[in-house]
Amino acid sequence: MTPLLEVKNLKKYFKTAGGTLHAVDNVSFTLDRGKTLGVVGESGCGKTTLGRTVLHLTNPTDGEIFFEGNNITNPSKHELKKLREDMQIIFQDPFSSLDPRMTVSEAIMEPLLLKGGMSKDDMREQTRKLMDTVGLAERFEHSYPHELDGGRRQRIGIARALALEPKFIVCDEPVSALDVSIQAQVINLMLDLQEERGLTYMFVTHDLSVVKYISDDIMVMYLGQVVEKAPAEELFQNTLHPYSKALLSAIAVPKYPNDTKRILIEGEITSPVDPKPGCRFMARCRYACEECKNPQRLVEHAPGHFVSCCRYKEINNIRENKEEKVNE
Amino acid sequence: MKKKRKQSRLREIWHQLKKNKMAVVSLVVLIVLVLIAIFAPLLAPYSYSEQNVLNANASPSAEHLLGTDDLGRDILSRLIYGTRQSLQMGIFSVAIGAVIGIIVGSISGYFGSWVDNLCMRLLDIYQAIPMFLLCVALAAILGPSLRNAIIALGLGVVPGFARIMRASVMTVREKEYIEAAKSINCGTGRIIIKHIIPNAIGPMIVQITMGVGSCILSGAALSFIGLGVQPPIPEWGTMISEARSVMRQYPTQALYPGICVMISVLACNLLGDGLRDALDPRLKN
Repeated sequence: MTPLLEVKNLKKYFKTAGGTLHAVDNVSFTLDRGKTLGVVGESGCGKTTLGRTVLHLTNPTDGEIFFEGNNITNPSKHELKKLREDMQIIFQDPFSSLDPRMTVSEAIMEPLLLKGGMSKDDMREQTRKLMDTVGLAERFEHSYPHELDGGRRQRIGIARALALEPKFIVCDEPVSALDVSIQAQVINLMLDLQEERGLTYMFVTHDLSVVKYISDDIMVMYLGQVVEKAPAEELFQNTLHPYSKALLSAIAVPKYPNDTKRILIEGEITSPVDPKPGCRFMARCRYACEECKNPQRLVEHAPGHFVSCCRYKEINNIRENKEEKVNE
Repeated sequence: MKKKRKQSRLREIWHQLKKNKMAVVSLVVLIVLVLIAIFAPLLAPYSYSEQNVLNANASPSAEHLLGTDDLGRDILSRLIYGTRQSLQMGIFSVAIGAVIGIIVGSISGYFGSWVDNLCMRLLDIYQAIPMFLLCVALAAILGPSLRNAIIALGLGVVPGFARIMRASVMTVREKEYIEAAKSINCGTGRIIIKHIIPNAIGPMIVQITMGVGSCILSGAALSFIGLGVQPPIPEWGTMISEARSVMRQYPTQALYPGICVMISVLACNLLGDGLRDALDPRLKN
């Protein structure tokens, strides 16, 4: 079976005054129907750009994108219109992703209106159904977004994305602007919808506790490149890349005394403008050596578990040895 | 169904506007002015051109409530008829300027890059021509009249409107909901008309109402130098300049039209402020 989405060597560069900014550099992945791919990384690592490039909200610089086996890298206007009905996005900030001058029902109806071929009454009916699906009470129909709280606003965003009955949804940090209590509600809603409608998600986030809960596969990005990619369980149990390790160690654990060892990364994220060919994490990696100056590639360590680090075996051995010493 | 919704939106705006007492007063003042302009022949006690040289520069009396001017014409009647010219000058010239300005500004602001550069440089060149020189040139070509003064004033205010619209559109363009609109297949035309203009029009509304005020003033100035309304048709600006020669002896002759200009300009500005607040759903409470 062909995967729903396949991305090959996708690149997105931006020309800036200082040089070329490598926002997404050589990213490849496949995503099967009904699965969720979690994309994690710190701010500015290109995860949001990746999502937008896949959806053609910005055009890729290079690489190929296949959707249901069709090459959609350079779609025509007509193809793009069709594609957008199949691929949707839920935005990060529900306070800025809704037009402040549109009421809830207007906002949800807009995609239906643009798709056309529906009578007014049908659209109204459909809008009500969608509101019901995402758990928005009918009394909010004529409210403006600013009158609602963050959770409800994000539900509008979800309803809009669902209106066209897409197969694939890019979730661009959909809960990071929400309160923790509401985060859980929204995530559960998204999971329910996935189950009901067989949706495929690409879940972009910096919140690792969320990604663990929701993803089948996880992709860790650093400065536009994938440094590690593995099934969720595998990644959390057997972290290989030094950056992933540091990232995962940053998950807050609610217990006291908190004895989890945090790996602190020193220094600032290096500039994504005209990066050097070697490992991009090198400047901040405590295991960096001469060899890291060579271009890195993803190596398959275990089935489905890829890592881009020339010293990953060595490093993980070192770590094991150290732990043994501590035990003695 | 759609009509119903539109009505309810208007009612919504009115509901918001009602809370602002100054704006309501201004609105009433402007409506009264418009009514005066429409029903001038019924309201004016005399004709605006009826002269009585024997009764020139008369003080206010029961016959002539505000007195007469240096040709013995009833000042109250002339003020009432003058409302027509002044309001037309203000409203129509701003309408021309705002429509062109909004179109140019939106296109320039939304598309950016070379389109923006082209529009803005053209406006720069255009702005380098003094507005009065332009009006003189237009009057020379078309002949001085109220209509031509309106066209000249309207074209004169285009750059200001276009620039404000452009700046406003540029901030709205970067908003996430514009990208959200693109993601649901919203075409460029619909994005500009449905999402950009309604969100970017706020600063323009204040500018438009203030523009009405300033165009009334500029129109008066044009009439003063003989390029606007032609005598004997009365206009507030012309009346002020006619009263200039007898200013020392009869200052009230200039004062009355001056007060009219002031009231109408002030009403425009206050209504503009009120409307801006009423149109912004985020300020609703």
